[in-house]
Amino acid sequence: MSASDDIWILGIHMTKFGKHFDLDVVDLGAEAAMGALADAGVTMADMGILAAGNLMGNGTFGQQLQKQVGQTGIPVYNVANACATGATALRTAIMSVKAGESEMGLAVGVEKLAGAGLLGGGGKAKSDKKVFEPSGRYGSVMNTDGRIGTQTMPGVFAQIGMEYGHTYGGADFELFARISEKNHSHSTLNPLAAYNKAMSLDQIMNDVMIAYPNTRPMCSANCDGAAAAVVVSGSKLKTLSLNQQRRAVKVSASILTSDPYQEACQVLPDVNTLTRRAATQAYEASGVSPQDLDLVELHDCFATAELVHYDNLGLCEQGGAVDFFESGAPWRDGSKPVNVSGGLQSKGHPISATGIANIWEVCQHLRGEGGDRQIEGAKVGLAHVIGLASACGVHVLEKAAA
Amino acid sequence: MTDTAQAQTQVPLVDYLELGDNPRLVANECTNCGARYFDRRNACASCFGTDFTRAVVDDEGEVRAFTIVSMAAPGVQVPFVAAVVDCGGTSVRGNIINTEPDPDHVKLGMKVRMATYSLGVDDNGTEAIGFGYEPA
Repeated sequence: MSASDDIWILGIHMTKFGKHFDLDVVDLGAEAAMGALADAGVTMADMGILAAGNLMGNGTFGQQLQKQVGQTGIPVYNVANACATGATALRTAIMSVKAGESEMGLAVGVEKLAGAGLLGGGGKAKSDKKVFEPSGRYGSVMNTDGRIGTQTMPGVFAQIGMEYGHTYGGADFELFARISEKNHSHSTLNPLAAYNKAMSLDQIMNDVMIAYPNTRPMCSANCDGAAAAVVVSGSKLKTLSLNQQRRAVKVSASILTSDPYQEACQVLPDVNTLTRRAATQAYEASGVSPQDLDLVELHDCFATAELVHYDNLGLCEQGGAVDFFESGAPWRDGSKPVNVSGGLQSKGHPISATGIANIWEVCQHLRGEGGDRQIEGAKVGLAHVIGLASACGVHVLEKAAA
Repeated sequence: MTDTAQAQTQVPLVDYLELGDNPRLVANECTNCGARYFDRRNACASCFGTDFTRAVVDDEGEVRAFTIVSMAAPGVQVPFVAAVVDCGGTSVRGNIINTEPDPDHVKLGMKVRMATYSLGVDDNGTEAIGFGYEPA
């Protein structure tokens, strides 16, 4: 097999997102892994590599998972890349297959986050005696979160959306709330979403304010969940059954970027430049243009984030994200459906699972297995994730020709 | 800061805030490309240069992004306005202070200037001084 062989998703699975009080991360990860293997029609004996992500864990989740589903001695990569962990695990398996080290690989991402509350920010507990002693990289004498801006995720991403509004205009509280209204509406058709009730604009705008303009339903939903995928080389796929070949989804581009230097990224993470670069590389690698995309799952960790990624992924012209949303394009019956799964705001965001779960969603549609929410005739889709600090994964997926 | 006469000494909240008659922020500036950092770097993230000099940041600027944080970690007073302020080309993270924390009083593009305020006194009588940006 050549190192330039094409890559396919042979099987993929996601668990119900939500609260799984009776399952630990190994149980959840195993459910996703077994589901992906069954979907692919293969077993652990066929896997040449396992790449696994569990950000809140101890760094050996992959080996724990093997003990649950099959120990074969294959190389295990425990990957961590913030909210892009799942996509990074998938890409690690893809790289192994592309390099010719294995013919098939398994990627798994899992998180238990139900009830986790606010992520980011906070600080150390104070000692009994209060003495101001400079410590840390900035020589700070007390916790700076809340005193020098905010480090909480809702606040950071609020500023990212507001910055877009400052640059291009037209983005106000109501617009961001309407983006959230769309995703909550989409989730009503997704039985695996953590939340699948529609919310009115009034309900969204009058819910608990977290970090203006993001109210609670405009924030990603912390929840439990897992997703897994089996990847296979094109040459190996040709030896498998016609049904496996028919259901396989082509990975036309698998791109990972980090944030290049930008002046302001030292104080506010720049999620734009690395997404634009990843998208550009993905379109070049796949030969697919934004116009060709039948659906997009993008990283709407907050309503304010979804807006900027319409632009970053080239779904609209530069500066045109507000007009793009106003046109109705990203609704499921629009010209460019975005987050028909309900997105992170309603489907939920079990961090390490997210970067595979969004690919599962796209695969459902490309296989024509999307059920009530099927985007009819979908042939090409894109999945995008951002891990703050930052990492960006973009995958372009295409329906099998057969 | 004259209302803190009882304090023996003052310390800045962070070491890039220099106190004195004219409190100011001071950054580490790459002598090759001019990129500025509020912490130490082994090499410039932009050009990999290894020579840095201290550079005073403009005390006036413009709000480029903000959020009004209503929910935060325990011990953090809410609501507060977190912002990114463009100070003559240097982006600074800081709170907007000395105005109401609501969207009627804080606007994108608003002109602001740096101000300092007391963050309290420790058991040794040392006063901590923080900074923020107030409407100019």
